[in-house]
Amino acid sequence: MSIKAIQDEIIEEFSMFEDWLDKYDYLIELGNELPEIDPGQKSDENLISGCQSKVWLDAEYKEGKVWFQADSDAIIVRGIVALLIKVLNGQPPKEIIDNDLHFIDEIGLKQNLSPTRSNGLVAMVKKMKLYAIAYQAKEG
Amino acid sequence: MNFNIEKIRDDFPILKEQVYGKPLVYLDNGATTHKPQVVIDTVKEIYEKQNSSIHRGIHYLSEKMTEDYEEARDTARKFINALSTTEIIFTHGATSAINAVAFSFGEKFVKEGDEVLISEMEHHSNIVPWQMLCERKHAHLKVIPFNDNGELDMDAYKEMLTGKTRIVAVNHASNSLGTVNPVKEITRLAHEKNIPVLIDGAQIVQHGEVDVRDIDCDFFVFSGHKVFGPTGIGVLYGKEKLLEEIPPYQGGGDMVDCVTMGKTTYNELPFKFEAGTTNYTGAIGLAKALDYVSGLGISNIVAYEQQLTEYAAEKLAAIDGLKIFGNAGKRISVFSFHLADIHPYDAGMVLDKMGIAVRTGTHCTQPVMDHYDISGTIRASMVLYNTKEEIDLLVSALERVRKMFSK
Repeated sequence: MSIKAIQDEIIEEFSMFEDWLDKYDYLIELGNELPEIDPGQKSDENLISGCQSKVWLDAEYKEGKVWFQADSDAIIVRGIVALLIKVLNGQPPKEIIDNDLHFIDEIGLKQNLSPTRSNGLVAMVKKMKLYAIAYQAKEG
Repeated sequence: MNFNIEKIRDDFPILKEQVYGKPLVYLDNGATTHKPQVVIDTVKEIYEKQNSSIHRGIHYLSEKMTEDYEEARDTARKFINALSTTEIIFTHGATSAINAVAFSFGEKFVKEGDEVLISEMEHHSNIVPWQMLCERKHAHLKVIPFNDNGELDMDAYKEMLTGKTRIVAVNHASNSLGTVNPVKEITRLAHEKNIPVLIDGAQIVQHGEVDVRDIDCDFFVFSGHKVFGPTGIGVLYGKEKLLEEIPPYQGGGDMVDCVTMGKTTYNELPFKFEAGTTNYTGAIGLAKALDYVSGLGISNIVAYEQQLTEYAAEKLAAIDGLKIFGNAGKRISVFSFHLADIHPYDAGMVLDKMGIAVRTGTHCTQPVMDHYDISGTIRASMVLYNTKEEIDLLVSALERVRKMFSK
C-alpha cells in the first residue's frame, strides 16, 4: 500500500469520531497495542528527548525498505507514534522522503506535532526522514 | 468576607471564552494570569490617546506619558512597601530582573572562590543567571535542599551561610510545589552574616501581601503578567545603597547623565538601570493591575484563596491514585500532582480537550522533579478569580481521565 493510501485510510478512520475524547480513546488503544521495543533499543542514542515526553526511535533497512521501531513514555504519544509507523513502515526510502504526512493535519493532530509542544514527535518525524535519506545515500 | 466572585469574574473578559466548544476552566495561573478589563482598557487608551516616548520629550504627550510612568513607579513602590521610588526599577519581568542583579551585583561583589546560595526549589530563572555568574567568576553555586514535603531545610541553610557566601537568592513561593518560604527568617539569618538576599517574588505578588521592608530583603523581583498586568514588564526592587554601589548592566539612552566618546557618566537611580525606551505602556498597565488587586483588598484575596486552597487540597487528595508533590505547611493555591501512573502529558492533553487548562511537565523546575525522581507533574494553579465549581470540574475531569487510561 502506498503512503498516500495508508494516510487516506487513517483519515477515514478518524472521520468517524465525533468527539475529541473518542479520538484520544482510539489513540490510547493504538498506544497500548504498539509492541514495546527492546529495552536495549531504549538507548540514549535512540532517545529523542522532549521537555514533555520522551520518544525512542530505531530503524532498520532490509531489502530496499525501511522498518521503524519506536516507543514513548506517554500513551497518547505512543498512539501517534503507532500511526506514524503504520504510514511509513516497509516503504522504500524515496517514498518516505518524497511524501508529506498530510494525515496529521487532517485528523487534527497538528498541535501535537508543533515544535513548541516539545513532546519529541517533531524530532521523531525529522529523524524518520533522515534515516530514509541516509539509507538512500547508502544505495547510491 | 467582602469578596464578590461573580463580579470579579466579570472583570476578566477572557474567562467567558470557550475552548473546543466548552467553557474555559483556566487553572494555569502559575504560568500567567488574565487581565481585568481596566488593564486592557488602559493599555488600549495609551495607544489611542497618549502614546509618546518618556523622559526626554518636550511636548505635551511626552510630559503626560512621563508623569503617568513615574506615577506607575510609585504605585509599584506602594504595592511592595518600598521606601522610595529610586528603589523601583522597571524590567522586562522577573527573569530579566534576576539577570540584572546576577550581572551587576556579581560584577561588583563576586570573586573567584566565592559562593552563591540558592535553593533546590528555584525556577530555572533563579538558577541559570547565577550559574552563568559563577561560571564567569569561577565562583561556586550552593543549593539549600528541601524535604519531601517541599519545605526548605533551614538547618542546612544556616550551615551553608559561610564567610564565602556573597548572596542568597530564593523564591518567596515555589511555582511547582506551592510552598511559601519563610523569607523573613531567611533574610534575617543571612543578614546576621552581612549577606544580602534576593527574593524571587514571581509567585507571591498575586496571592498575598508583600512588604519588602518587613522582609528586609535587599532585592525583590516580580513579573507584571503574573499579577494580572501586561506581559513584558516587571519590577526589580533594590535597597538604594546597594543599587548605588553596583554598576548598570545595560548601556543605552536614558540611563546616562553625560556621554562623550571618552567617558560616560550614569544617570541617577532608578534611571541608571533603565537603558533604552522602557515599556512604559506595560508599566502603566501594571500599575492599573496592582491598583485592581489593592482595590479588592489583599486580606480579602488571602482569605478567599485560603478557602479555595483548602477545598482543592481536600478534593484532590480524595481522588483515587492521586499524589500531590509538595505539602508544605504554608502554601499558595498551586498543586503539582500525579494521577495513578498516567503520564502528565497524556492527562494534560485530555484535560485540554475538556476545556481545562493546566500545565504539565517540569514547570521550569527540573531540580524539583529530580528531587522526587519524576519526569514531570500535572499542575493546577489557582488565583483570586477561580472558584470551587472549577475545582469540582477539574476533579470530575480527572476521574474521567483515570478511567480512560485504565482500560
